[in-house]
This record gives sequence, structure tokens and C-alpha cells, in this order.
Amino acid sequence: MTKKTNQTDYNFAFLDEGSKREIRRSILHAIAVPGYQVPFGSRELPIGRGWGTGGIQLTMSLIGPHDKLKVIDQGNDDSVNAVSIKNLICRTTGVETTTDTAEADIIQSRHRVPEEPLREDQVLVLQVPQPEPLRGVDPHEEVTRQLHADGEYTGIWVNLFELLLTKGSPFRGADHPVMADGRYVMNPSPIPRYDNPKLHQAQCLYLFGAGREKKIYAIPPHTDVVSLAFEDHPFRQEDLSGRKCRLCGAENVFFDELFDEATGQRYYQCSDTGYCQKRRRQQAQQRGEQQ
Amino acid sequence: MTQTRQPILEGRKITVRFGPGCDYCRSHPEIEKGRCPHCHTIWAVRDVDFQLYPGEILGIVGESGSGKSTLLRTLYFDRPATQGEAYLSLYHQGQANILEASSQQKRYLRNHLMGMVYQNPTMGLRMRLSSGANVAEKLIAAGNRNAGQMIGRSQQLLRHVEIPVERMKDPPCVFSGGMQQRVQISKATANNPPILLLDEVTTGLDLSVQAKVLDLIRSIQKELGIAMMIVSHDLGVIRMMADRTMVMLGGRVVEEGLTDQILEDPLHAYTQTLVSSLL
Amino acid sequence: MGYVAVTGGQEAIEASIQLLKDYRSGGEEALSIEVIQQRMRLLIDRIMSEAGLYAPDYAALALKQCEGSPEEAVFLLRAYRSTLPRNYTSRTVSGEQMHIRRRISSAFKDIPGGQVLGPTYDYVHRLLDFSLAQEDEQELQQWKKQFRSQAEEENGQQELADTAPRVLDLLRQEGLLEEVPEDRSEPCDVTMEKLPIPAPRSAVLQTLTRADTGFISGLAYSDIRGFGMSHPTIGELRYGTVEVLVDHPLLEGQPWYVGEIEITEVEGLMGSRPGSNGIGVGYGCVFGRNDTKAIAMAVLDHALTLEDTGPTSDAEFVLLHGDCLEMNGFISHLKLPHYVTFQSKLDGLRSQKKEQNP
Repeated sequence: MTKKTNQTDYNFAFLDEGSKREIRRSILHAIAVPGYQVPFGSRELPIGRGWGTGGIQLTMSLIGPHDKLKVIDQGNDDSVNAVSIKNLICRTTGVETTTDTAEADIIQSRHRVPEEPLREDQVLVLQVPQPEPLRGVDPHEEVTRQLHADGEYTGIWVNLFELLLTKGSPFRGADHPVMADGRYVMNPSPIPRYDNPKLHQAQCLYLFGAGREKKIYAIPPHTDVVSLAFEDHPFRQEDLSGRKCRLCGAENVFFDELFDEATGQRYYQCSDTGYCQKRRRQQAQQRGEQQ
Repeated sequence: MTQTRQPILEGRKITVRFGPGCDYCRSHPEIEKGRCPHCHTIWAVRDVDFQLYPGEILGIVGESGSGKSTLLRTLYFDRPATQGEAYLSLYHQGQANILEASSQQKRYLRNHLMGMVYQNPTMGLRMRLSSGANVAEKLIAAGNRNAGQMIGRSQQLLRHVEIPVERMKDPPCVFSGGMQQRVQISKATANNPPILLLDEVTTGLDLSVQAKVLDLIRSIQKELGIAMMIVSHDLGVIRMMADRTMVMLGGRVVEEGLTDQILEDPLHAYTQTLVSSLL
Repeated sequence: MGYVAVTGGQEAIEASIQLLKDYRSGGEEALSIEVIQQRMRLLIDRIMSEAGLYAPDYAALALKQCEGSPEEAVFLLRAYRSTLPRNYTSRTVSGEQMHIRRRISSAFKDIPGGQVLGPTYDYVHRLLDFSLAQEDEQELQQWKKQFRSQAEEENGQQELADTAPRVLDLLRQEGLLEEVPEDRSEPCDVTMEKLPIPAPRSAVLQTLTRADTGFISGLAYSDIRGFGMSHPTIGELRYGTVEVLVDHPLLEGQPWYVGEIEITEVEGLMGSRPGSNGIGVGYGCVFGRNDTKAIAMAVLDHALTLEDTGPTSDAEFVLLHGDCLEMNGFISHLKLPHYVTFQSKLDGLRSQKKEQNP
């Protein structure tokens, strides 16, 4: 057996160049047809299927040695899985990481879109557990692909109608489906509804990667993205009114809910930790300047 | 009676075959039970011609395996026909073969121009979805996106088949067999289609429930003037419902005519046995 | 404080990795790769088969690294494979040219070339052998030497051929098998593209051969037990080595020997389908010595061609849920935090409650 060492014998960004090129081609295909799920030859990674391998392959195929990377999980830079993904990418590329959204070239995320608006030169890579919005309508790929081809989305609307009838609200908690560019209904990945409008006419490129399901899709900049809603029940985000971050005082952002067992009190904290830290840093600076 | 009018739905030489077929069975249309003794190919439906006229009820009777349900499901695009044509007068002026329509067009036909009630409610309903949503599915499919309007219409349709409005949120899986059939009927008629297909809809139901469901179908037919094709192995059901009747055997139509005529003066030997067994 | 996002991820992961190393180094006896590879052969075979990578030494290394977990070992091999460029595609390997070590047929007693039982646990009484707990290694080696020299002697006298024609060819010549059109198209490669649906046979077979052994065994069992319609008879099961050849990189048209691999190959006689009077055949072929998996694969290969309502005729059900990495990855991902999605669920539930009891 030839001896292999851990770092030096792997290619830049782990995957071989041919694989990365192939994934980039799929990305171009996805960008050309917003919301269309492009099948691709998803590679196996040292990280588990279902743990963000779609996102990682997108990031790996795009990243260059001078890029700055941010990885978040549920908005959190320091969450175990975000750290683990960051470690893998850094170990095989040597790129720098940041927690500041504005500084990052590529942001890989699970379940959140950062609070700070993204720019034209930035890419947000979202990890996707279930790319098929019609999966709840039919478990068969052959059927759902035909439904997409025909633009037949009755099943999804029926499920939203059912939510309204039995639960009183026609909205899914997270991963509420959207219509991309007036053609394909797509899952925005399990982001809260609070984040859905950020996809509409955005400056940045959104890429969605599902490693286990072997699909890539995209929302290019300046694309119409409309959350599905009945005429008489306009789209509504989560009700966050009256909430305030206990650390930075932010309002109208998405919050983690915390519970203090000692006092029995419920309080809130920015779900986007990078944003919260940045605000607090700025606040401290301002205080310093005032003194 | 209605023969001078233009049919609303017409089938020509419809054939549904399972298996490759061989020289023998291709040249022998009357093989027993439609099953080729040489190549085992099954001719489920073979060269069936029929006309359905506006506002009439056409009965199709035959033993199980005679191809009557397969014919109905082929017309509703649940399975492809091997050969043959079908024309619907409201679709391209009756000039386009609907069996060769695109999947998109077939959906349009199913959602706007036809309704289907299956023997097995699990085929026609999503059993774990509320009855209201099951009915609304047809409205959504036809393009309605106003939830309030659809809730109102579903309530109206369910009330019509005597399902209490407060049970609208219950899924069909908690309903009795008769109730499930009634939900299917309100779903199938949601968009006021001109054609309704009914496949053994009362089979397996208690006699009293059977009568109730058949009464309901009769009243809907009178009220809306829908043309219906009713498939049943039970000549009693056919006698009660159908204006005209086709008798199927081994995938083929062996006799066709006014229901009373067929009951009183059956020509084909098989029909004679069928009629003589009727109490 | 209870409901807080996991933080301090970096230190926690590092500590956990240290702890794993501690667990992996249990006891004081060293575990050599050599020992795993030579004495855990069936485990190695299973790992290679599910990984779709024929590399006994790396499989042994993987097992050492992950405390012997098949799931983790397959994972390590698959991830490693992702880093390797694909330089060659082998020429078609035919089971007919196999150097046979085991070959049985449950359809015919006498088969040309004869039945060879080979190494099998089939006829061993599964009694725990307590003597192995104190086995004398020297004695064992001595026995082995003697066994091998004796076997060589006997073989030398008989001049046994180690290849044999396929049993099913006899039936095929008689026209008793279902006719399947020849397919000479380029096979699909499921490791390089998403499984196409409807899946061509090449994709079906690749997916099945890489599938988790337990998963496809269970599915095949359900099929023959009553949820499908197969009544299989094993036409032939053979295990042995086959040579792998690639096109010579310099000499055009010349083959280039790159090594040999062990495979188990099964042709199952599955009964005839409606509309056919020939016997249908299911094919199974897996890396290494693994009778059960190869048979299960043959059962499913055939079941997938039937238009039946059972789960084993549902191609997407069978082909999309048996990949070791995919199924274990997705199940284990449930351990990741789902704070945001769960928060939305809570919000929905609360507002629903509020509306119900204003």
C-alpha cells in the first residue's frame, strides 16, 4: 500500500478538477433555467450525505485560493456542523474564513439567509435536504418530473389548501415553496418564511445543492421569486413583532428563542450571529468615540 | 331515441393489450377470456366501438375480467390504449383523438370535461387528506386560486351529497364506504363536467347504501344533465340506471342496445345466461 | 439554560475526535491491517461491494480507523474514491471466464463442469467453537501448510479445469428462456451521473450491486415471501476470480492486464411473466464472496421488470433507498440542530392555539 498523508495528497478543494468542472457546468445549466432542478453526478465526500454535501460540492467547485469563505448553520458561524464543513474546506484549500457577511465571497448556509443584503459579487450556497417541492405530492421522480414539465402544480396548492383548512394558515413553517421566474415551483430550502422575500430580485447569486438527491438549482440575480399564496390569503412572514435581541437590541430580524430556566423568562437573540456580533462591535466603537 | 344526435364521446376500435401478441391471437378475435393460449397475451379490450350521447346513461355490463373497467380507465387516461381512437365533441370540435393528446392536454380533459368515480375510493381520493381538500383539488386543477371561494364551493358540493359541513376537515379514511363514494362523486362533479365515468361504484356496499348512492347519481344526472358511462357486473344496477347498455365479454362488445330491449330479448348466448340469472 | 444553539463547536469537535482515538485504541493489543485483511475477508468483501471500490487494503485500513463499523468504512472508501481521477474504463468482464472456486446450481444436479461447493458456511453447524478462544497460532499454520500441500497434490493428479460454461446457456439454446433484446449501448455510470429515471438496466444493476447488503436482502426476502411475485430457482451461482483488462494506453487495440478481482455471480430463474412463455432471468453480481447479496440482487433485478404493485417492482422505491451513504447520512443528519425549522413549527402551533382559544 502506498503511503498517503492527509493534507498534501488531496487535490485543491478535495475533488479532482474534472469533477469540479462538471459541477460548474451543472451550475451554469441551473443559472440558465431558474428554479429547474439540474441532476448531477453528486460525489461522495468525507462528510455525511444529508449533512450539507450538496452545498459543499458547490462551494468546492467554485472556490479559488484567494476567496474568503463564511459558513453558517441556522445562522450560526460557530455551530458544530458549520465548523466541521469550514474545517474540511480550509484544510483542502487553505482559504481564509470570516464571520462578516460583507467580507465573504462565498457563503455556505443551512436554513438561513444572512440579515445583511448580499452584493452582486457574492454567492450564497444553500444546503438542501429535499429539492423536490412535489415530493409530498408523489414519491416518484418520474411522475414529478413530468409534472414540472407540464407546469402542473395542483398537488402543491392542494397541500397548501389543506394546511389552511386544517391548521388555519396556508403557509409552511420553513421551506415554503416559491415560483421562480414564473415557470418552476421550487423549494427555497428550509429557510424561515422571513427569508423568502430575500430571493426576489436579489443582487447576489443563490445556488442550491442537494448532495444526496443529486440536484443543483439556482436563482440568478434579478429574478422574480414569488412565494406561493392564495389570492385571498397574501403571503405572510412569521410574526416577529415586539421581539428584540437581548444582545444587540436589533428588531425586525429573525430570532432564536431562548429560555432562562433560572428566571423562567423567554427572551430573543439574533439568529444571524455574525450580524449580531458586528452590530455589537459597532455599538462598542460608537460608545468609545463618544467618551 | 337519441341516435340522430351527435355523440358527446365516441370510441373507435379501442384496444388495450398486455403482452406482445402472436400470429394466432391477432387473427383470432374471439379467444376465450381474451387470453391467448399460445403467447399468453391478454387482450383486455379489443376493437371496442361505442357512442355516448349528451345526457344519456350508457351501461357497460360483463363478468369480472371482461375489460369494462379497463375501457373506462383508458378513457380517463389512467392507462394507455394500445390502439384506437376516442373523440370528445367539446374538444377540438370532436376532430382530435384524445387518446393521443399530450399529458398536459389529457390533464385539461380530465379536469374540465370529465369526472371519474372509482370502485376503490383509494384510486380517486387521497385518503389522508381532508374531504374538503379532496374536492377542492379539482377546483385548483381548473385554475382557481381563491381559497375562500373554494371552501364555499366544497361545502356546497359536500352538502349536496349529504356530508355534513363539519366533517369537511375529516379525511376520507375515517369515513364509511358509502360516504367515501359520495365524496368521490362531489369531487368528480366539482367542475360541472359534461361526462361522468362510474366504475362499479356500488360494488361492496350494503344494499341500502347502494340504493342511496344510485339515487344520488340519478338525481345529479337529472339535475345537471351529465352524460354518464356506468360500469357494473350487476345487471340490477344497469337495469335501474342505464338508458342503453353494452355487454362485454373477453374484451369485446358482444351486444349493444336499449337496456329494456337487452333485458327482454337478449340475442347473444352470454347475455341470455346473464339475464336468466337475474332475479 | 436549555434551549441554546450549540456553540464552541470547534473545541467540542476536537475533544470528540480525541475521545474516538481513545475508544479505537481499546486494550493493549495492536491491530494490524494485515490481520484485518486476511482474517476478516467477508467483512472486507462486503465493505468493498457496498463502497463500489475494489481495494482490500484500503478497506482494511478503513475498518481499523472506524472501530470496525461497516457503515463508516464504506463511507471512508467512497469519500476516498471521490479524490481519484478516472483514468481508464475496464473492458467488459465476462463471468464465463471466471476462475471458479465455488459453483452451484439448485436447478440441475448434473451440470457440465460439475458443482463445486468451495468455501461456504452453508453446511457448517453454527455452534460457537470455544476452542478458538485459545487457538494455537503455530498449530494452525502447520495445519494450513499440510492442507495446502495435500490439495496441490490432489489437484495435480486430476488436472481440474477451473472454468466452466454457464448453466443457463443450455436452457437458452433450447429457447426456454425469455428473450431479452441485446443492448449494446454505452452503460450508464451511476457514480458519475444522477440515476436516470426510468433507469436503464445498466444503472439498475450498478445501483443494486453497490446497495447495502441488508437492505437488498430484506427487499428480496419481502418479494419472495409474498409482497412480490418471484419464485426463484438458482440457475447458477459462481464465485471466483476474473481478470480485469483495460485498453493499452500506447498499443492501440491491445488489452492490458491490470489485476484480478473476486466476484460472486448469480443467474436466477424467476418464472415467466404474463404475455411470455419463457423463463425470466434475474442477474446478480457483486464484489467478493457474498452469496446472499448476489442472490438478492438477482431477485430484485427481475422483480423490477415486472409491472406489479408490490414495493419491489417500484424502481424508485428500490433504487433510491439502499445506498449505504445516502440512507445512513440522512438518518444521522437528524442529529443536526433544527432550531429554525422547529421554531417555525412552534410558532405555527402557538398561533393555531391562540386562534382556537382567543
